Amino acid sequence: MSFINYSSREINCKIVYYGPGLCGKTTNLQYVYAKTAPEAKGKMISLATETERTLFFDFLPLSLGEIRGFKTRFHLYTVPGQVFYDASRKLILKGVDGVVFVGDSQIERMEANLESVENLRVNLAEQGYDLNKIPYVVQYNKRDLANIATVEELHRLINPRGVPEYQAVAPTGVGVFDTLKAVAKLVLTELKRGA
Amino acid sequence: MNPGLVMYEEEFRQISGICDRLTRDANAKVVFLVDKNGQLIAASGQAQNLDTTSLASLTAGNVAAMGGLAKLIGEKEFPNQFHEGERESLHMSIVGGRVVLVVIFDAKSSLGLVRLRVKKAGEELGRVFDHLAQKQAMPGAQSPFAEITDDDIDNLFSG
Repeated sequence: MSFINYSSREINCKIVYYGPGLCGKTTNLQYVYAKTAPEAKGKMISLATETERTLFFDFLPLSLGEIRGFKTRFHLYTVPGQVFYDASRKLILKGVDGVVFVGDSQIERMEANLESVENLRVNLAEQGYDLNKIPYVVQYNKRDLANIATVEELHRLINPRGVPEYQAVAPTGVGVFDTLKAVAKLVLTELKRGA
Repeated sequence: MNPGLVMYEEEFRQISGICDRLTRDANAKVVFLVDKNGQLIAASGQAQNLDTTSLASLTAGNVAAMGGLAKLIGEKEFPNQFHEGERESLHMSIVGGRVVLVVIFDAKSSLGLVRLRVKKAGEELGRVFDHLAQKQAMPGAQSPFAEITDDDIDNLFSG
């Protein structure tokens, strides 16, 4: 849920990275953090287990610049991908303005991708959101690995709605900023539409 | 989709005034007010040395997690929480179902005093947020986005 502050002339929005366990949600945020100028970012917070699996969420505040004198700030969150953290995933989706679904391109993760998209749809609905209407982009991550599905297959399975989709290799940054820019733009366009 | 929160100058002044007074009356080090979704609304006291953005996000995460726990045991929510540290302690309370009032204090204050002052400030803040919600719901309520063009949005990403 966006927060427009006339007093500090700021627009704040929340973007959530969703997807199955080990698909690269945290890696997306880490790359954005590493490549963003210090003045445009805040501290990145990771609430993770001892084995560096996301336990609750990662959080990264970003400034994107000004629109008509209003500073635009985006709060990026990831959810914990592991199936049994569903209660936590629901909480992170509260007040979301836009969603990135990070899919794992490996063929053996196709079922996990599908399960996660369905889980996203159900959890959004519980918060009163419709996956078919919310600003939403899809990323096909891990394109550098062997044994990956084709983009056409991934599109058919994960992205039947045909939202903007990007191929990515998150550790090296391929597709990471394209994905972020696309969802940020959709969020702002949606806010404008609702104004 | 739910409408976002909009903060106007007048209400921001009132909210800041209430937080400043609470800081003094409760002998607190810092008082801050956070939207349940993790957006910082106002901060008062010795907040300049704190990473208030992170504080806001973690506060919201904590309140959300405790809210989830409350529901599991059949409670609506836990409206007040207290975390005691060796030197500094933290009191959180949910105001008007929508925002979280956080007070950080040390041995110069006490939990009893903080609770007492938070109750009064919470009621005052609740009234401001009710008013804000009414103002936002009025037809013709302005949004900065009403004047923003697609080109403005494109320009943000052209750099």
